[in-house]
Amino acid sequence: MRLSASNLGCRRGGRDVFAGVSFAIGSGESMTIRGRNGAGKSSLLRLIVGLVRAAAGRLALEGGDPELTVGEQAHYLGHQDALKPSLSVGENLRFWSAFFGAASAEIGEPLAAVGLDTLIDLPAAYLSAGQRRRLSIARLLAVKRPIWLLDEPTSTLDAAAQARLGEIMRTHLATGGLILAATHGMPGLDGAQELQLDQASSPQAVGEEQP
Amino acid sequence: MTPLGAILVRDMRIAIRVGGGALMGVLFFLVVVTLVPFALGPDLALLKRIGPAILWLAALLASLLALDRLFAADHEDGSLDLILMGRTPLEIVVAVKGIAHWLTTGLPLIVAAPFIGLFLNLDAKAAAALMLTLLVGTPALTFIGLIGAAIAVTLRRGGLLLAVLVLPLTVPVLIFGVAAANAAVVGPVPFGTPFTILCALTLASLVVGPFAAAAALRQEME
Repeated sequence: MRLSASNLGCRRGGRDVFAGVSFAIGSGESMTIRGRNGAGKSSLLRLIVGLVRAAAGRLALEGGDPELTVGEQAHYLGHQDALKPSLSVGENLRFWSAFFGAASAEIGEPLAAVGLDTLIDLPAAYLSAGQRRRLSIARLLAVKRPIWLLDEPTSTLDAAAQARLGEIMRTHLATGGLILAATHGMPGLDGAQELQLDQASSPQAVGEEQP
Repeated sequence: MTPLGAILVRDMRIAIRVGGGALMGVLFFLVVVTLVPFALGPDLALLKRIGPAILWLAALLASLLALDRLFAADHEDGSLDLILMGRTPLEIVVAVKGIAHWLTTGLPLIVAAPFIGLFLNLDAKAAAALMLTLLVGTPALTFIGLIGAAIAVTLRRGGLLLAVLVLPLTVPVLIFGVAAANAAVVGPVPFGTPFTILCALTLASLVVGPFAAAAALRQEME
């Protein structure tokens, strides 16, 4: 599987957020997206998922399911955790796992992987910001999708949870997954390519291609 | 569980739990209808004559009450982004959310209507006719309301805009709903004539509502 973009451009609110972004990553590879605030890191991830339309350029996925869009084969971990406060931890995860058509209804294992298995019956309203983020990460484990798009995944996580996320990402890469993360450096993405969005409009900023 | 079953169960759970809108609609319905006899005075003949219209108006307002949170809540917490990334067409998801909303807010109104109708001197025959018209008509209110809820999804205080957008569109449903309920009680038109038109309005809104609402949501999410 190979996800490649050539000369992607994005316009929001009549302003060019970025232009001329190109990259290519394959199975088992990861890429971190860097740039100052407002450089378009989140917009790029949302564009790949299909939540924002590209103003220019094209995005191609080779080796995926041709019947599905990129967004339908990807997990998106955004700034918002998509949790309902009145539902319990288990109900929230069970819902997303059923909605995304998980192969099994088993949620114990993903919850254990993020260390929330003892809180399964607690309403999500009582979770801390870090716990909410960990519950969102459990969604990536409950439903298998090859492409992970992570927007500042570590922003609310403590050191132990960051290390655990690093482990989860290494496992995902080892099983042939792809990870694109907008982040300022994090464990688990050591061999990642880097895409610098600030200078992306100039040709030399094209992301390094790996074989 | 299938994706659509999951949405149905989730939305109904949220509606009946703390902060959900399920009970609010019935309580609002009860309060509005209870106020009418106080305002008009104990004229039983007058109450009987205008009873169906009052109940229909109250049901219309009550069914709009919780509608503005239908998509806005999902938009604010990021759920709508993920729903758009699902493999289920948005039109069907929207329709299922509409069904869940109707089951938790429309259906309780219909069950409560004959009891609340006692305040308005409604006899058994009129109550039965009213329940039948509400059963057929309230899904149309919900599904027309879906369009407004989708258009107002990104607005902070979308409830007012929703009412302004949706209420004019519900006028035909109101006219034929009340006409059918009145026809059963006082005539002279046979019950079937306005009732079939009400059925037609509901069927049309069941088709148009989800497509229009999904289109509006896609537009708003850009």
